[in-house]
Amino acid sequence: MPTRIVVSGLAKSFVMHLQGGVELPVVSNVDFSVESGECVVLGGPSGAGKSSILKMVYGNYGADGGQILIRDGDRLVDVAAAAPRRIIRLRESTIGYVSQFLRVVPRVSALDVVAEPLVARGVDRDTARARAGAMLDRLNVPRRLFDLPPATFSGGEQQRVNVARGFVTDHPILLLDEPTASLDAGNRSVVVSLIAEKKAAGVAMLGIFHDEEVRSAVADRIVDVAAFRIAA
Amino acid sequence: MSALAALPESGEEKPLLHVSKLSHWYGERLGCRDVSFDVYPGEVVAIVGESGSGKTTLLNCLAGRLRPTAGVVEYLMRDGRARNVLSLTEAERRFLARTDWGFVHQNPSDGLRMTVSAGANVGERLMAIGDRHYGTIRETALDWLGRVEIASDRIDDEPRAFSGGMRQRLQIARNLVTRPRLVFMDEPTGGLDVSVQARLLDLLRSLVTDLGLAAIIVTHDLAVARLLSHRMLVMKNGVVVEQGLTDRLLDDPRHAYTQLLVSSILQV
Repeated sequence: MPTRIVVSGLAKSFVMHLQGGVELPVVSNVDFSVESGECVVLGGPSGAGKSSILKMVYGNYGADGGQILIRDGDRLVDVAAAAPRRIIRLRESTIGYVSQFLRVVPRVSALDVVAEPLVARGVDRDTARARAGAMLDRLNVPRRLFDLPPATFSGGEQQRVNVARGFVTDHPILLLDEPTASLDAGNRSVVVSLIAEKKAAGVAMLGIFHDEEVRSAVADRIVDVAAFRIAA
Repeated sequence: MSALAALPESGEEKPLLHVSKLSHWYGERLGCRDVSFDVYPGEVVAIVGESGSGKTTLLNCLAGRLRPTAGVVEYLMRDGRARNVLSLTEAERRFLARTDWGFVHQNPSDGLRMTVSAGANVGERLMAIGDRHYGTIRETALDWLGRVEIASDRIDDEPRAFSGGMRQRLQIARNLVTRPRLVFMDEPTGGLDVSVQARLLDLLRSLVTDLGLAAIIVTHDLAVARLLSHRMLVMKNGVVVEQGLTDRLLDDPRHAYTQLLVSSILQV
């Protein structure tokens, strides 16, 4: 099984200029890797830096040091040093991100919100919409909502739209930022089976799950982030 | 995370616009200083900062509307050669501005001819590139009015009779009808009601994605930058203090001024 993510010596701190330049250390010397077909879960207490690590791997947060090597086809890209354009392309071809927070775009229907990453990856619009509809069905989003913009949906419905958007693509790497938080039991088990299908398809996953039951159902390995905590 | 679709795949391509050490002084007063960045085909770059930070000065220098005091602006012409925009003749620059570039002003009346019909406003740019067939021009104008959601029965009305949002949409149609490769926009949603803004943003977003346009958008609205741009330049007192991936600058701002901007956004 090829290795898809190798993180080594990764470090991050925040400098808060509005609070007199106080430096908040987050993590240092972060080392782990993720293989194809594996789901690695970041563990540790709240505030340990799990979310910061996930966001650095996506390029959403900058890193202060170290490497984040991502296999992109037959190339390796270091997200910690890559140019913005390279990161955008990497997100298109290789790294998907599933979170519970939907950033609503005015006037775009739920179906198109979910279909959009497929269209961006070159899938024709009709096929993309069909796959998007099937994913929304699985997550029990009522069909009468498909053509409406999600701005007016309930929190739970918006969350499921966003989870559908994250799982609908064939990205070889998926980052999972608490995709099951506040889902009901039925939809939690849908997400657990979606993750199992991704594993079977060889997708490398790195995730954060607070729900004990979900975590033990999906995790192949747990990386304890507390070990990377900088002594304050 | 960015709400915009990702860039088209390509190899080691050349930048469409290359800006190096660009400065502009209004006599003793600084407009902008030492600005350097590249824009690649299909890429949307937002220039953000408060009023007076030099955003519009920079945009006008890039578009050849203002002669910079120092620096280089190179544009990749359709023949694949990079030309210094500042050394083009006035005729060459005008031709570029009418064909390969677009410029969307904050105030639509600066970019439209208010006393000729909507159809003529759109058709004029087509005639400028040599289109002479009346039927074709009218048909193309109608098609573009439709794309910016202006009803076909308004084609013969003057923009004076249009609402602010319609005028802005007409200005966008006028600019995009010649299929430019680079569009400059100066606060395109400024001065519009929120609901009108949302419609315009959605329209801009889908047009930019569908046509693969490169765009440079000046805005003081970080939500507009988040929705429309891949990359962002933050300006303060005429200087770019931070630049990079839009979602990274907004979610993990490093410079004190960017942190201040981001923390000043009102949450709804």
